[in-house]
Amino acid sequence: MARSVSTRRKALNTLIAWTIGLLIFFPILWTILTSFKTEAQAINDPPIFFFFDWTLENYAVVQERSDYMRFLWNSVIIAGGSTLLGILIAVPAAWSMAFVPSKRTKDILMWMLSTKMLPAVGVLYPIYLLFISLGLLDTRIGLMVVLMLINLPIIVWMLYTYFKEIPTEILEAARMDGATLKEEILYILTPMAIPGIASTILLNIILAWNEAFWTLNLTAAQAAPLTAFIASYSSPEGLFYAKLSAASTMAIAPILILGWFSQKQLVRGLTFGAVK
Amino acid sequence: MGRIVLEQITKSFGSTQVIPPLDLTIEDGEFTVFVGPSGCGKSTLLRLIAGLEDVSSGRITIDGQDATELAPAKRGLAMVFQSYALYPHMTVRKNIAFPLRMAKMGPAEIEKRVNNAASVLNLTDYLDRRPGQLSGGQRQRVAIGRAIVREPSAFLFDEPLSNLDAALRVGMRLEISELHKRLTTTMIYVTHDQVEAMTMADKIVVLRAGHIEQVGSPLELYKNPRNKFVAGFIGSPKMNFLEGDEAKRHNAHSIGVRPEHIEVSDSKGDWTGVVGVSEHLGSDTFFHIHDTGLAETITVRAGGEVGFRHGDRVHLTPRSDVIHKFDAQGLRI
Repeated sequence: MARSVSTRRKALNTLIAWTIGLLIFFPILWTILTSFKTEAQAINDPPIFFFFDWTLENYAVVQERSDYMRFLWNSVIIAGGSTLLGILIAVPAAWSMAFVPSKRTKDILMWMLSTKMLPAVGVLYPIYLLFISLGLLDTRIGLMVVLMLINLPIIVWMLYTYFKEIPTEILEAARMDGATLKEEILYILTPMAIPGIASTILLNIILAWNEAFWTLNLTAAQAAPLTAFIASYSSPEGLFYAKLSAASTMAIAPILILGWFSQKQLVRGLTFGAVK
Repeated sequence: MGRIVLEQITKSFGSTQVIPPLDLTIEDGEFTVFVGPSGCGKSTLLRLIAGLEDVSSGRITIDGQDATELAPAKRGLAMVFQSYALYPHMTVRKNIAFPLRMAKMGPAEIEKRVNNAASVLNLTDYLDRRPGQLSGGQRQRVAIGRAIVREPSAFLFDEPLSNLDAALRVGMRLEISELHKRLTTTMIYVTHDQVEAMTMADKIVVLRAGHIEQVGSPLELYKNPRNKFVAGFIGSPKMNFLEGDEAKRHNAHSIGVRPEHIEVSDSKGDWTGVVGVSEHLGSDTFFHIHDTGLAETITVRAGGEVGFRHGDRVHLTPRSDVIHKFDAQGLRI
């Protein structure tokens, strides 16, 4: 009897999991489907699911009207650059917090996290003014720095958690073996923390890629990434749903593919240290 | 060379002083064992010598050179950790070569030294494996290999055998002793196991709460313990302590008699008692005797063939020439 109950339970769990999964995925699926419809079909009531005239016209129009590659390139540079910058700053920071903690380390970590609770719009004005006077408005480097700063608390926290798992004795052994601080981090700590660092990088790229508030407010034409590319199709006039969907699909495709191939790494990274 | 001198060194963590002012000299080539119960400061003392912890005050001299402020790597010491602390992402070869690589040694010389260490430690067949693919004993040998390639002036061992099973521990104990005989390099070895201390040491340093209770050769400590703590800590099974009238008869506050210095008989003796638990080791038997009116239990070591049973009434006679006498402060009289 016990077995039949557990089978029913399993079936129920599977059903629930699939329902939740589909619910979460549905908006993305809908966007992708809409991108292949004509504008008229896109706003049809009732909505049409699969039985419409599949067309690539929207993609052709979007391609024609805006330079997708330029936006894509900006996204790649900004997401990649901010992540790289963040890792370079966060590795030494997490190292010191994990291995030479002071009385205030926990407070500093909490304070760093608390900055994430600040509504971004609250600092928009000062940052905008700073950007004007530093000449950073609509530059990739400016966006890289801002995105690095807003994601830095998460990077430091994640790396801190991974580093805490590495036995101190191994680092002490390296010190006894004559490794300088730089060599200790380069040859011992980093290789041992590679899985953790990799998932931190992945998550950060995704966060930076999807970030829309700062990228929309601080760019105009030069440094605009894919978020601005999508936004340019949300127009109050005319019928743009299908084209907007095509633009969105093109914008999320790279990160979706990256996420798909690295999902194992990501899940491991996000749950690392959770069960201990 | 490897003469290490500690002068008035102290160590405090916050407001807690774990090592009160302490002086100690470790002679070149000596096998010194720091022994004591857990929390006695023996590992901290080793880490102070290694430079992994900074002393709060005092001076550390290695081969006449002031090493108090020197970085760990600059002290010319090598350390073997309790957890082995191997680099899991490197092969055995790279693990052993790591200190040489850090010392910017040429590849040919590194190769030569690594192969040499590997053959000494029977690791030649495992050079291309990772630590995860090795057994506990092999890992410990890699850790020792990593220490010997540098040709340090002294080796520091921090409870290196406590993660191994009993049989392996005895084997590794011998290997380390043999290594010391061959290299004649100074070795400092930390353990809480008095058997390891007795069997390996030239000189034992008994520590309690950061204080040195006694320094001496194993037999010196066994024969002439300076106080009750050392008397109870060195020797297995533990020394029996008696107070009251029996101690007064010897003009002492308390007396100590080792289990091996008590004769047990079924006919006559100074004390009488009832056999409780008997532990048969084959070569020896340990009897735990109750109801003597002297102490809760008296442990007696007898030959393996002596066969008293639980509940038997027996008579005990201590050897009068090896009775240890202590005053009210626990110091030897």
